[in-house]
Amino acid sequence: MSNASAVLDTPEQGFAGLETREAHAWFGNHHALSGVSLRFPAKSVTGLIGPSGCGKSTYLRLLNRMHEFIPNTAMAGEVLLHGDDIYGESVDPAAIRLKVGMVFQKPNPFPAMTIRENVISGLKLAHIKIDNEDELVEKCLNRAGLWKEVKDRLDASGGSLSGGQQQRLCIARSLAVEPEVLLMDEPCSALDPGSTLRIEETIKELAEKITVVIVTHNMQQASRVSDYCAFFLSDGGPGVLVEADQTRKMFTNPTDTRTADYVQGKFG
Amino acid sequence: MSDVTIPQPTRPWQRKRSETFRSGASFVIVGLLSFAVVLFTGFAGVDGWAVVFLLISIVAVVIRGRKLSTKERGNSKVQLVITAAAVLAFAPWLSILGSVLFKGVVGLRLNFITSDMRTTVPDDELNMGGALHAVLGSLLMVLIATIITLPLGILSGVYLTEIKGRFTFLVRFVVQSMSGVPSIVAGLFVFTTYNSLTNGPSAFGGALALGILMLPTVARTSEEVLKLVPDDLRSASLALGARQWRTTLMVVLPTVRSGLITAGILGVARVIGETAPLLLTAGSNSAFWFNPVEGPIASMPIYVFGMLQIGTEYATNRAWTGALVLMLAVFALFFTARKLGGKDKR
Repeated sequence: MSNASAVLDTPEQGFAGLETREAHAWFGNHHALSGVSLRFPAKSVTGLIGPSGCGKSTYLRLLNRMHEFIPNTAMAGEVLLHGDDIYGESVDPAAIRLKVGMVFQKPNPFPAMTIRENVISGLKLAHIKIDNEDELVEKCLNRAGLWKEVKDRLDASGGSLSGGQQQRLCIARSLAVEPEVLLMDEPCSALDPGSTLRIEETIKELAEKITVVIVTHNMQQASRVSDYCAFFLSDGGPGVLVEADQTRKMFTNPTDTRTADYVQGKFG
Repeated sequence: MSDVTIPQPTRPWQRKRSETFRSGASFVIVGLLSFAVVLFTGFAGVDGWAVVFLLISIVAVVIRGRKLSTKERGNSKVQLVITAAAVLAFAPWLSILGSVLFKGVVGLRLNFITSDMRTTVPDDELNMGGALHAVLGSLLMVLIATIITLPLGILSGVYLTEIKGRFTFLVRFVVQSMSGVPSIVAGLFVFTTYNSLTNGPSAFGGALALGILMLPTVARTSEEVLKLVPDDLRSASLALGARQWRTTLMVVLPTVRSGLITAGILGVARVIGETAPLLLTAGSNSAFWFNPVEGPIASMPIYVFGMLQIGTEYATNRAWTGALVLMLAVFALFFTARKLGGKDKR
């Protein structure tokens, strides 16, 4: 299968500082992802789309070194953040994860902490000093679109919120450590349509300040929320990057026929 | 809307009252009948009564089942067998509880837990002397054992679930086989090592022996509890840039705080009634002994054991009361453990 390499950043949009060069990933002997080269544009939303098993979530987890927590995994190629390989020998993975945050599929606020503690948990966990806690909590919850709903019960447990609220709390938690890039692994797949819409609005607002990379199964969501799209596909072998471009172009006039078939819903 | 008549709520799936009454009546009749049989025949005592009751119950079920269909009849027979089995399994526990309660309550006075045996001999009236020294001794030894064992047990749990190091298999194997160590062996071990190196029996020696018995319970319960922490939470913490030890300390352990307290309480309940190891390592005393590293100290099980050995009426009464207090303490611990364990929010 042919493999595309894509440069999504343009002079106008700017470069997010995050790119992969010929990235591969394995689970045991299973070659899950093959030769993905991609440069991410700054302050924008890039959607990773493709059918199940195409390696898009694996690719996402390569970007902040979460891939290595699954036993028996391997990788090859380079993942560069501002030109430095994040898999380099002297690199501290915890420091990388501070710069490249992640929001997971299932909302996972810390149940033993209050809403306030959840927001600042990243800083506490990483031993970072907090200057003005109240201000930070309000700012992060505001950016995640949750402030108005929880401002009167910041000391309630994070688990007392609804699913959609929990996911926005997780977003607020990720924002508190001020990441440059926020990775989102199907953040809405466990949520109802109303909550999904709220999160999508949040994502668009976030992209004014930071770079967002989002994995989604849902093509409508990709077309609604993303500025750029990268289409991954596996035809039995390892997943590859088929095509990446501006979302509008991907959905109206893709270069590759497989992309056209997928976005039109002919398979997947 | 006003002309809509709201029907009376009913519960058609519930048993009819007449039916409940009939089965209750047959229970009473069977009970009286078997009581009469016990009175007038060779069957005697509670055991005889239970056997007769069971036999007559079977007859009653068969008689009452005449009107039922074959399937329903089968159902009620199986129900009877299962209920009988449950009662049978419950009976020894009830019997122990009953005898300890009835015999222990005789000597249960306030002075039992406010005074010791310094100036009282076991044969004195029951309103003199008590087991305060034994209660305090047990508390002291269990406290020392918990202080030593709880961190060790929780850390082994953390090793097995969080670190998953090279020795995971070995640690799990050792912990599991340790839970099979007879308590006297734990006592002998401490007796031949710690006690023989120091000056004979002491509270610390007893605590070490109890700790050996507690450790597997605490470690295994901690492991089970830590396994319940969803991996999502670990991932979330690591993705926030936390190191593993921070993740364990700030996310994993607080999430199961109450479960870990339960692990400790179960460990305490496991050893608080141990007699054999304390016989060798802690000895006995008629007053509370304050120095934990030297000198024999009293404990509840040894108090009971000692009083039973004396065997006179008042001494035996004291033993039963000691057993009752000990049992109440264990119940209180289990109750607390359940309360705390149920509160775990995940």
